[in-house]
Amino acid sequence: MCLGIPGQISTITNAACYLAKVNIGGVLREVNITCIAEEGTELQDLVGAWVLVHVGFALSRIDEDEAQRTLQILAELGELQVELDAIQALGVSA
Amino acid sequence: MSKLAGKTITLAHGAGGKAMRELIDEVFVKGFANPELANLEDQARFDLTELIAQGNRLALTTDSYVVDPLFFPGGDIGKLAVTGTVNDLAMSGAVPLYLTCGMILEEGFAIDELIKIVASMKATADATGVKIVTGDTKVVHKGAVDKCFINTAGVGVIPAHIQIAATQAQVGDKIIINGFIGDHGAAIVDARGELALESSILSDCQPLHDLVQTMLKVCPQIHCLRDATRGGVATVLNEFAQSSQVGIKLQHSVIPVRDEVRGMCEILGLDPLYLANEGKLVAVVPPEYADLLLAAMRAHPAGLASAIIGEVQATPKARVLLNTGFGGERLLDMLVGEQLPRIC
Amino acid sequence: MKFVDEFRDSEKALILRQAIHHIAQILEPCLQRPWQIMEFCGGHTHTIFRYGIEQMLPDCIELVHGPGCPVCVLPMGRVDDCVAIAENPQVIFTTFGDAMRVPGSQKSLLQARAEGADIRMVYSPMDALALAKKHPEREVVFFALGFETTMPSTALTVLQAEREGIKNFSLFCNHITTAPTIKAVLDEPDLMLDGFLAPGHVAMVIGLEPFQFIVRDYHKPLTITGFEPLDILQALWMLLQQFAENRCGVENQYARVVQTQGNTTALKAIHQVFATRDFFELRGLGSIDQAGVGMRPEYAFFDAEQKFKVKNLTMTDPQDCQCGAVVKGLIKPWECQIFGKRCTPENPMGALMVSSEGACAAYYNHGYGRDAA
Repeated sequence: MCLGIPGQISTITNAACYLAKVNIGGVLREVNITCIAEEGTELQDLVGAWVLVHVGFALSRIDEDEAQRTLQILAELGELQVELDAIQALGVSA
Repeated sequence: MSKLAGKTITLAHGAGGKAMRELIDEVFVKGFANPELANLEDQARFDLTELIAQGNRLALTTDSYVVDPLFFPGGDIGKLAVTGTVNDLAMSGAVPLYLTCGMILEEGFAIDELIKIVASMKATADATGVKIVTGDTKVVHKGAVDKCFINTAGVGVIPAHIQIAATQAQVGDKIIINGFIGDHGAAIVDARGELALESSILSDCQPLHDLVQTMLKVCPQIHCLRDATRGGVATVLNEFAQSSQVGIKLQHSVIPVRDEVRGMCEILGLDPLYLANEGKLVAVVPPEYADLLLAAMRAHPAGLASAIIGEVQATPKARVLLNTGFGGERLLDMLVGEQLPRIC
Repeated sequence: MKFVDEFRDSEKALILRQAIHHIAQILEPCLQRPWQIMEFCGGHTHTIFRYGIEQMLPDCIELVHGPGCPVCVLPMGRVDDCVAIAENPQVIFTTFGDAMRVPGSQKSLLQARAEGADIRMVYSPMDALALAKKHPEREVVFFALGFETTMPSTALTVLQAEREGIKNFSLFCNHITTAPTIKAVLDEPDLMLDGFLAPGHVAMVIGLEPFQFIVRDYHKPLTITGFEPLDILQALWMLLQQFAENRCGVENQYARVVQTQGNTTALKAIHQVFATRDFFELRGLGSIDQAGVGMRPEYAFFDAEQKFKVKNLTMTDPQDCQCGAVVKGLIKPWECQIFGKRCTPENPMGALMVSSEGACAAYYNHGYGRDAA
């Protein structure tokens, strides 16, 4: 359940109602951004932000650093496996 | 400017009297502008010797068009009513020649819209080289149909050496598609506006007869050919697998899908393999011709993004499998009912 | 698509596959039986089948597909109530698409629509509110269902309706809560689960704390998991590391979306509009304490349950239906006596065959166990 999909805020369409156009793979949809608006910051500053959209509501700002970290772990894991395989191959041939 | 501009359809336009005659003359005879139609006989008549010169079998098909909305990005019900029936003929290898046009109109429908639809049918028919040679119009009470429904039947001639059938897929054959899938289905979701999505997706509504003739020149032995309309590519492939009692295996990663169509499918939880197309064909071809065909298709305007998307294997019989690209595969079944957005 | 394609990379998937097999190889000799890992959420089940993830796993990992599909666990009596509301000629009944096919004891919403009820599919509760504004002479009812992920959207829509003074909009509230549902699974005496892939989008709203009881009281480790195939594989790998190191904690694989505290604005809206019900019935699982929320008395005006005085009858599931045993991992879908015979996606008898995210429908649609059935 809970189909959620990343999109990027392209414009604020109605600041009073916390509405913004979000671009999801080239498709635009008006989305309610109440849940990701922080007190004391301008809504306009959210333009360009990546958010997770569920049934027309942005429920989380996607943390680009965390996304990179996850992918980095996998990249390192891959390198480790290559090294391990090399060591094992050496062991077999020796 | 038509005498009927700005007016609406009334029950009188279907009652057989002067109003109906005026509608036929002003809208259909003028719009379609064919000598065959202008005769106003109850039937079109053809010279058999001309037909026999082109092949040894007639292809005859009929289809009804009820698309909502009538005008959508990339097409309209008129264009669709010509290309849809032309494509049904073309998938047998036939050269499409003549179409009929039956219209059921709702009382209150704007005649200006009808004129636009007829103009679109005429333009598409001319571009396709088919003639609309006979027709019928009925008007029904408000609410009995939605604005305008069209039925077209079509006749074409199949050249003697062409033998295309859904039963002919053979182990080792390649599956080819002529471009991006799901455009029409996604464009219609968008055009209906119910889900308040905005995109620039255009329907792929286009005639395929010329592409088919190009393909047949390269490979007269095309085994199976069908246009992937309702139910999408997945449904056509299931039909081939069942009719030929073979297995079909697709490679998910090479199936052409536009980014925006993918985006819409991600938002709504839909699968583009089940979305409707109106200008896409799926061909099952002998493997030795696959690359030649692909090159010829990519050189044709209706096949620029053609791709080989899978192949025929012996097992599992009557099933379509999709290689997920993750080392796994899954069954691609027929849809149970209509594809509903999967949201929560 | 950014944040989607990177997490569907098949090469990285192979790296994770190898890492999972590596740990499994080391631990397998000590195992009495395969590990049973439950993915609670129907969205995870969907990804697992779509990418063929089960086929990538070693034999010592068994995935158990849990009850976290709100469409599946919707009891028949509630569908009957929906149909009754929708058949009121004054009403425009709005719903997410996937709820349309769920069978009630008499008919589904799709069938009710065919018979003339004004039932419309919407993408968002906001769209239902827009319909209410467009048709002030009609009563627009939104069928609110889903776990905590969906609650903020319906709560905020009600608050918006209140602010704008809209009088012809109401929710038919069928929201359910994750923790009590998981607890009901964990309290099953024959349970053999070893760990959980926990629902990432629920956690995005409620944070990590509500999942701690699984570790604290039931000693089952879990990973908060995203919805792309790499997310699921990485979460499984993380869980296996917990097994290997004899740890038992709540870990967050989906940190790009899920923050420890959840979304405080969303939680505030939920608590303002909804209150926990004493109990709520879930199809296949029966009545569970505190498993649902209803609308607070302050918002009774927007509560379709009160506006339309629904019957709220309990309809028992067909007797030979074994959905309960499947969602608890006690039997596999194809081991149910009616799977693929009297119960198919064309004619679903049990909850899990209803939605494409239900475990039985997923198995059936993807061809598993069908030849045996």
